[in-house]
Amino acid sequence: MINEGVDTSKRQFLTSALTVVGAVGSGYLTVPFLAQMQPSTKAMASGAPVTVDISKIEPGQLIRVEWRGKPVWVLYRTPAILETLSSLDSQLSDPFSNESQQPVQSKNSTRSIKPEIFVAVGLCTHLGCSPTFRPEIAPHDLGEKWKGGFFCPCHGSWFDLAGRVYQGVPAPSNLEIPPYRYITDTQIIIGDTAAEV
Amino acid sequence: MKTSRLADCGNWILDRFPLASLWNDHMAHYYAPRNFNFWYFFGSLALLVLVNQFLTGILLTMNYKPDANLAFDSVEYIMREVNWGWLIRYMHSTGASAFFIVVYLHMFRGLLYGSFKHPRELIWIFGMLIFVCLMAEAFMGYLLPWGQMSYWGAQVIISLFSAIPVIGDDLSLWVRGDYVVSDATLNRFFAFHVISIPLALLMLVLLHIVALHEVGSNNPDGIEIKKSKDPWGHPVDGIPFHPYYTVKDLVGVGVFLFFFAAVIFYMPEMGGYFLEHANFIPADPLKTPEHIAPVWYFTPFYAILRAIPDKFAGVIGMGGAIVVLFLLPWLDRSPIKSIRYRGGLYKKALLMFVICFIGLGYLGTQPATPTATTFARIFTAIYFGFFLLMPLYTRWEKGKTEPTRLTHQPSLEERIPDLIATFEEMTVSQPLTTKSGITLLPRKPDVTGIINVSIRLAKKLKESLD
Repeated sequence: MINEGVDTSKRQFLTSALTVVGAVGSGYLTVPFLAQMQPSTKAMASGAPVTVDISKIEPGQLIRVEWRGKPVWVLYRTPAILETLSSLDSQLSDPFSNESQQPVQSKNSTRSIKPEIFVAVGLCTHLGCSPTFRPEIAPHDLGEKWKGGFFCPCHGSWFDLAGRVYQGVPAPSNLEIPPYRYITDTQIIIGDTAAEV
Repeated sequence: MKTSRLADCGNWILDRFPLASLWNDHMAHYYAPRNFNFWYFFGSLALLVLVNQFLTGILLTMNYKPDANLAFDSVEYIMREVNWGWLIRYMHSTGASAFFIVVYLHMFRGLLYGSFKHPRELIWIFGMLIFVCLMAEAFMGYLLPWGQMSYWGAQVIISLFSAIPVIGDDLSLWVRGDYVVSDATLNRFFAFHVISIPLALLMLVLLHIVALHEVGSNNPDGIEIKKSKDPWGHPVDGIPFHPYYTVKDLVGVGVFLFFFAAVIFYMPEMGGYFLEHANFIPADPLKTPEHIAPVWYFTPFYAILRAIPDKFAGVIGMGGAIVVLFLLPWLDRSPIKSIRYRGGLYKKALLMFVICFIGLGYLGTQPATPTATTFARIFTAIYFGFFLLMPLYTRWEKGKTEPTRLTHQPSLEERIPDLIATFEEMTVSQPLTTKSGITLLPRKPDVTGIINVSIRLAKKLKESLD
């Protein structure tokens, strides 16, 4: 190989230029490659609102409906339950829902539009298990302090019957309240954007 | 005439491909220490299980459907209607657990004999990357049957990403490809499980072995056999890998297959540890099973996650438990490799670590009661203490002098007379003549003998820890 008379700095320049252009090109290509793993248009469109008839729910009963693939609970709270709720503030980590996700109408002491009807996304804010509904008071497996609420079987988080998280459990915040509104007195619509006002 | 034509064919290949030198470098002329013991079976067994997973996995994809509506039924179809489908599926599911058993023992061998130390740091790093790939592979594979455990296990693990500040929520959304674990998630996990990760695993295994054959194998004495060579340049304490260790490993393979087959044919679910009961119910996005626990090989890390009462810190703890393993070659400051010559401090620390690891593994399968959580916290502290305090205690420990050549340890065969003597010490025999005139020598346990033997064993154990 004859290297005499070769302008090595030109070679060096061409090599670097090619490297940079190649890197930029590959960089651009990673965008579609990575973005194709984002939710598809179809997945984003499937978040249609769900209408729930609440006239048949008995006092103390909880029903589950599916919204955006997630379980949403609708619970009819009795006066006794509502009374207990107000006595729990000192044991909760965010009793006034300052940190948690909920529409403005539900940012109150019962975390609901009407006190009796409680609507929440039934997924633990820790790692997304669906907590179990445990309305009974002081069952033997949960102990004396249990005043009825939601218990997450995965990692033992406690929530009260307004979905507010207790202190000293792994879940960081209260259960999420989805946007919802009353169409009539006996019908609510969950996930309607008009309700997010 | 015929043979020479065959030889010509062989030469035709040899002229174009370095088959002979590959064979010699890695098998026939690869000198391995002559004192490999029980712990050295697990490397080749891991390779065997890898082959098993590849073969059975490919066969399973021929009937499996990666679709949220069809997946659960297609697995049942494989189990009930595909010819020998049940065998192939059980070989694959048992193989997953066997892989972790073999790999955990293989890693423990490294801790025992210092196989991660200079000059084998890179082998350890490649091995750890294999371990991480294996965990990803097992986790994604577990979603595929689309049972309740598949679904909620994936939900929990993907939610772990959401604990990362700022990018967490977008990241977990990106991983799932939907707002919840759904068909999109199942389909991409299938792609990762059968293509990306197996490819990565294969390459890492290759790198692991190439790196190993570059520096040579460690051994139970933890000394470098390359330091004493014969006039031909071969290590005096080394023997060619083929045929010596290929044949020896075959014995290991035989014993392994015996247990492997026993599980496949008689207890493929292993009482809910290899295949969890809740996974025989199709995935239901509205209801979490009453008690969810990961498959046994993840439980130690899962117990660490649960032990920490803060979401982000828990995730950091779980990740840290694995990251800290990568750092092992630089945490251990003792120049001595093998546990045979190391100080009592390391031996005791290792014993504590093993107890904690098994303890965490057990607690991870149990519901999180307050007592269990307290234990899990203690074990977690010791787990991290073992690694993070290592730079200190390995510097303080007083080791024994290492030999310059490999030592001789009594083989199992040579120990038989001792074992017989111990048995005789622990029992008394009273000759008994039956009515038909036959003299019997029934042996009964002897209390004082048993106590003596136990005391001797305890003393020996204490001595070996110093």
